[in-house]
Amino acid sequence: MRADATEYELVSPGTLDGVLALLAEAPGMWTPMAGGTELMVQFGAGRLRARRLVNIFGLAELGGISVGAETIRIGAGVTYTELRQSPVIQAELPLLARAASWTGSIANQNRGTLGGNLVNGSPAADSPPALLAYEAEVVLVSRAGGERRVPYAAFHTGYKRTVLAAEELVLAVEVPRRQWTHGYLRKVGARQAQAISKVALGAVARCVEGRVEEARLGLASVAEAPFRCVATETALAGKRLGPELVEEARAALEGEIAPLDDIRSTARYRRQVAGNLLEEFLRQIMAAEGGMNDGA
Amino acid sequence: MTRLMMTVNGELRAVEAPPMTRLLDVLRLYLGLTGTKEGCGEGECGACSVIVNGLLVNSCLIPVGQVAGATICTVEGLGTPEQMHPIQASFLKHGGAQCGICTPGMMMAAVHLLEREPHPSLVQIQEALAGNLCRCTGYQKIFDAVRLAYAAGGEE
Repeated sequence: MRADATEYELVSPGTLDGVLALLAEAPGMWTPMAGGTELMVQFGAGRLRARRLVNIFGLAELGGISVGAETIRIGAGVTYTELRQSPVIQAELPLLARAASWTGSIANQNRGTLGGNLVNGSPAADSPPALLAYEAEVVLVSRAGGERRVPYAAFHTGYKRTVLAAEELVLAVEVPRRQWTHGYLRKVGARQAQAISKVALGAVARCVEGRVEEARLGLASVAEAPFRCVATETALAGKRLGPELVEEARAALEGEIAPLDDIRSTARYRRQVAGNLLEEFLRQIMAAEGGMNDGA
Repeated sequence: MTRLMMTVNGELRAVEAPPMTRLLDVLRLYLGLTGTKEGCGEGECGACSVIVNGLLVNSCLIPVGQVAGATICTVEGLGTPEQMHPIQASFLKHGGAQCGICTPGMMMAAVHLLEREPHPSLVQIQEALAGNLCRCTGYQKIFDAVRLAYAAGGEE
């Protein structure tokens, strides 16, 4: 059934304070809407339960990408187009720029926002693997509580559930400016363009003289929510690169993920492919570090 | 009901509609601009593509309450039969339209690309039009029409 627009409200306070005041007055009554690439799909299909929407698209306080001494701050209202075109994001957070470039079509990239992608909470979303690998923090804001910070790895609490309170809004995402020697991002879907992921891996590592000092790994579509692979990171830390480490890391990864069967893929396929992506990342590092690839 | 103003194809228009009314419906039903088509209604097919404040969007995914004061260009704003936009002339010349449902959206996506890159590569064209589906699968001629829109004399 097509939705009837007369049954819905949409207000545009025009300022962050105005939006937060509305959310605080009656927590849970108003649903923020940014680019509408998720909520308007539900609306069009007559499935949008929220009846009162508050427009946050284009709010100045949610916009902009700024570079500090230690972090890069990305406003929650920054669109995929802005992300992929930003010279700072391209240079310092290339995995995020790439993820933005393969999220949906150009028209959807012009509307979809980073904050919306996180709040929507899909385990298959495109920006989370990069944000997990980069150890992003989410900045939340409410009228009564002001700002609070949550590590992005702790933002999702279950399938499409997050720590965001009803009176809160995602204000920004902050990413520490760390030096990594290697990065990797690959999405496996039904086809090359505009497919929702079956599995996606975002990964960074710092390697010195054939040894992994540190690695960070984020996976999409292998759990109820985007998943940071802490056990695998631990298995890699301080270890010498080589075929043995590839096997150890694969075993650690397969031990910590619990993918599901759904319409897009099977748990068995996802487990296998997640391991393959990790192996590809490690073999790329070995090839780049020189002569360490055993040829497999 | 909300009363709002927007500039559509260069003309200031007043619209009175529930703010969650899709821009697509405002264009077609309120303003009579039926060149913009509805395909999937869920942002997958691009048939409803228009340009809002210089950016390509799917008008089925935009509530009119979000475009108060905006500048909107639809296919009707590109040109006229007598004075066609180069992309329209190129679609005509190179057989870029078959059944025609995807054509307005294809041309809006093409214009969005050509304004940034007048001489795009095939890969750039393919990416720019990837959000626009052609049910006749006439993609090759559409790519040709976009590639040759600003070519000298419209030929290779």
